[in-house]
Amino acid sequence: MWTEIWVAVGILVGLGLTFATVLALANKQFWVYEDPRIDQVTDLLPGTNCGACGQPGCHAFAEVIVDGSVLPGKCTVSSAEKIEEIAEFLGVDAGKEEKRVARLQCAGGRMEDRDKADYQGQKTCRELAVVHGGNRGCAWGCLGLADCEKVCTFNSIKMNDNELPVVDIETCTACGDCVDVCPKDLFTIMPISQKLIVQCKSLLEGDLAQQICSVACDACGRCVSDSIPGLIEMHENLAVIDYSRNELASPSATWRCPTGAIQWVTEQQFKVASQPLFPLGRVEVLSDKQVRL
Amino acid sequence: MLLTFTNGVHPQEFKSWTNNSPVERLPFFADYVIPLSQHIGAPSKSLVRKGQYVARGEKIAEPGAYVSVAYHSPVDGVVSAVELAEHPGGKMVPSIKIKADPFSSQRLEKKPIDWKSLTKKEFADHLQNSGMVGLGGAAFPSHVKFAVPDDKKCDYLIINGCECEPFLTADHRVMAEYPLEVMRGIEMLQYFLTPKKTFIGIEANKKDAINILQLEANKHPELAVEIVSLEVKYPQGAEKMLISAILTNEVPSGTIPLDGGYLVSNVGTVAAIAEYFDSGKPLIERVVTVSGSNIKRPANLLVPIGTSMQELLNACGGFKSSDFGDSARILLGGPMMGMAQKSLDVPVVKGTSGVLALGVLEVPGRNTFQCIRCGRCLEACPMFLNPSTLGLLAKKGLYEEMLEENLMDCMECASCSYVCPSGIPLVQSFRVAKAVNRERKVA
Repeated sequence: MWTEIWVAVGILVGLGLTFATVLALANKQFWVYEDPRIDQVTDLLPGTNCGACGQPGCHAFAEVIVDGSVLPGKCTVSSAEKIEEIAEFLGVDAGKEEKRVARLQCAGGRMEDRDKADYQGQKTCRELAVVHGGNRGCAWGCLGLADCEKVCTFNSIKMNDNELPVVDIETCTACGDCVDVCPKDLFTIMPISQKLIVQCKSLLEGDLAQQICSVACDACGRCVSDSIPGLIEMHENLAVIDYSRNELASPSATWRCPTGAIQWVTEQQFKVASQPLFPLGRVEVLSDKQVRL
Repeated sequence: MLLTFTNGVHPQEFKSWTNNSPVERLPFFADYVIPLSQHIGAPSKSLVRKGQYVARGEKIAEPGAYVSVAYHSPVDGVVSAVELAEHPGGKMVPSIKIKADPFSSQRLEKKPIDWKSLTKKEFADHLQNSGMVGLGGAAFPSHVKFAVPDDKKCDYLIINGCECEPFLTADHRVMAEYPLEVMRGIEMLQYFLTPKKTFIGIEANKKDAINILQLEANKHPELAVEIVSLEVKYPQGAEKMLISAILTNEVPSGTIPLDGGYLVSNVGTVAAIAEYFDSGKPLIERVVTVSGSNIKRPANLLVPIGTSMQELLNACGGFKSSDFGDSARILLGGPMMGMAQKSLDVPVVKGTSGVLALGVLEVPGRNTFQCIRCGRCLEACPMFLNPSTLGLLAKKGLYEEMLEENLMDCMECASCSYVCPSGIPLVQSFRVAKAVNRERKVA
């Protein structure tokens, strides 16, 4: 009996030694040098693989920062201390990247751009968009079924009670998932210093635009004449801001906008809980004295 | 034993409401809106400007690319604007708005065209300039369809008179009332395409159309047209299903029927082509079925392209219930594949075969439940796909995996959604998946 056991043990040990030798040789033969710092840097990164830095994941980003072609500050998810730690570890400049956030180019919520039809299908924006372009009056506007809220990895997007997505500028990492998922292409990733924002994509003009949505850009062109020449241009009935001249922008462009389509945004775009809204029109007599716009 | 394809569904027909009412011509209304992209392909380019007087049948837009067609004014009148307007597809597209001349008449100053002297190329150019598109619903430009490349051959010409969608009777009335035009159109297509065999496929529920066309075919033995009576089943009128029913051949996945030598054309298109070459009338009007339980007087109407839906419904007596918003659904096209509308300001376009106003009974609000894997959708799918698996993948957002399940073979006939006991809007999610995959392919 003991011989049988020793034979079995001998075979296993023999096999183990053979494979160990093969593996050891293969390891020598096919060894590839990888900078050990890459793994260490990967450990310091947040590990969300969100793609906001432009790389396919955190490991890939670690490769390019160790490589030196990109500065660690490109990661917008990590905290400032962590970035500083990486920079110190690698002995490079942290590189201050300007914070960027997702901005919505539409301000037409449920109260401004009202439903024209009742929709009974699947409750996602993408699926609503294939049915006659959605049930809202505006063909370009937000559909309000919160695909962006569901897709956001960082829970930065919350729908408010006006069915508009509110982007929390503290937690938004500009990863761009909401840009991809929006069937109406309403999200744009913008540096936070770009405060002048046109919150409309409607290509209609004048009364036609206003009849559909009370906060639409009706192409009156007042913002163009109220700002530094060349900053804003009317293009296809829509105010288009030339962000290369962003330092010249001032809130004056928004002062005479009759609909509020152009806004000077310093924080998040919309209120989390919107104020009492009046679905019957823009002017409502509340009491004898009070008239609210 | 009637010919047919495998699988499919049997929706209730509702055709008796309009299948005996003759085609009526609508009077002219005050305003017409002609969107410049009613067809599949590149948008057309406007040739007119604001304030210009246009005559009926005058060319107002030229093709913007090869896969694009011309547009003609349906009425004498003045161009009131060239601007964005609502399109039945849900987008705002550039459109020509025409204010009709109150003295506009049906008169058309056009001459017949000597088609026998044309070459194939000239024939295609004529089709493009007459604005001819497939009138079955997809509105694919006819000159592209009938331009058979040199390496391919059209062996079988199949004229599609199935009209398998419930409610619609527009093609039925065209066959019953314009058999001469249908035969003339077949003669022209035979002259240019030289098929070995020509069939007209008609569902068996259109007995009168079959008889009338058979009589007409007997008068033209040289055309050798065979009229095939097919089983009443949805989607019998789909191109690939029609080929499989008549010739018992399947069109392989990823190929078009022309690769196998088949060419399928809608019967209305054939009649419109004949009308164009025989009288010079471009595609400025078409037969539209207005039906549904919420319409006072269902009818078949000869409608100028660009007539607003509101006017069209008014001409049929309007809605039965006064409150449209709560009780009805407006569909452009049939109930299976038609597009739901949210507004009555959209115009009738070249691909509009019917306008349906459905009441509460036909459109019960339905709840969606989980897939119970009963397999009814597999029995219904005429393309032998697995809608149940596709639906589950779509729910998870695994759109690329859906390609391996042959998503692109889906023709959105909605048979699976129709039979689904859980009320899952399968086709809607397939349309999203197809759109996403096309986008990713481009990007």
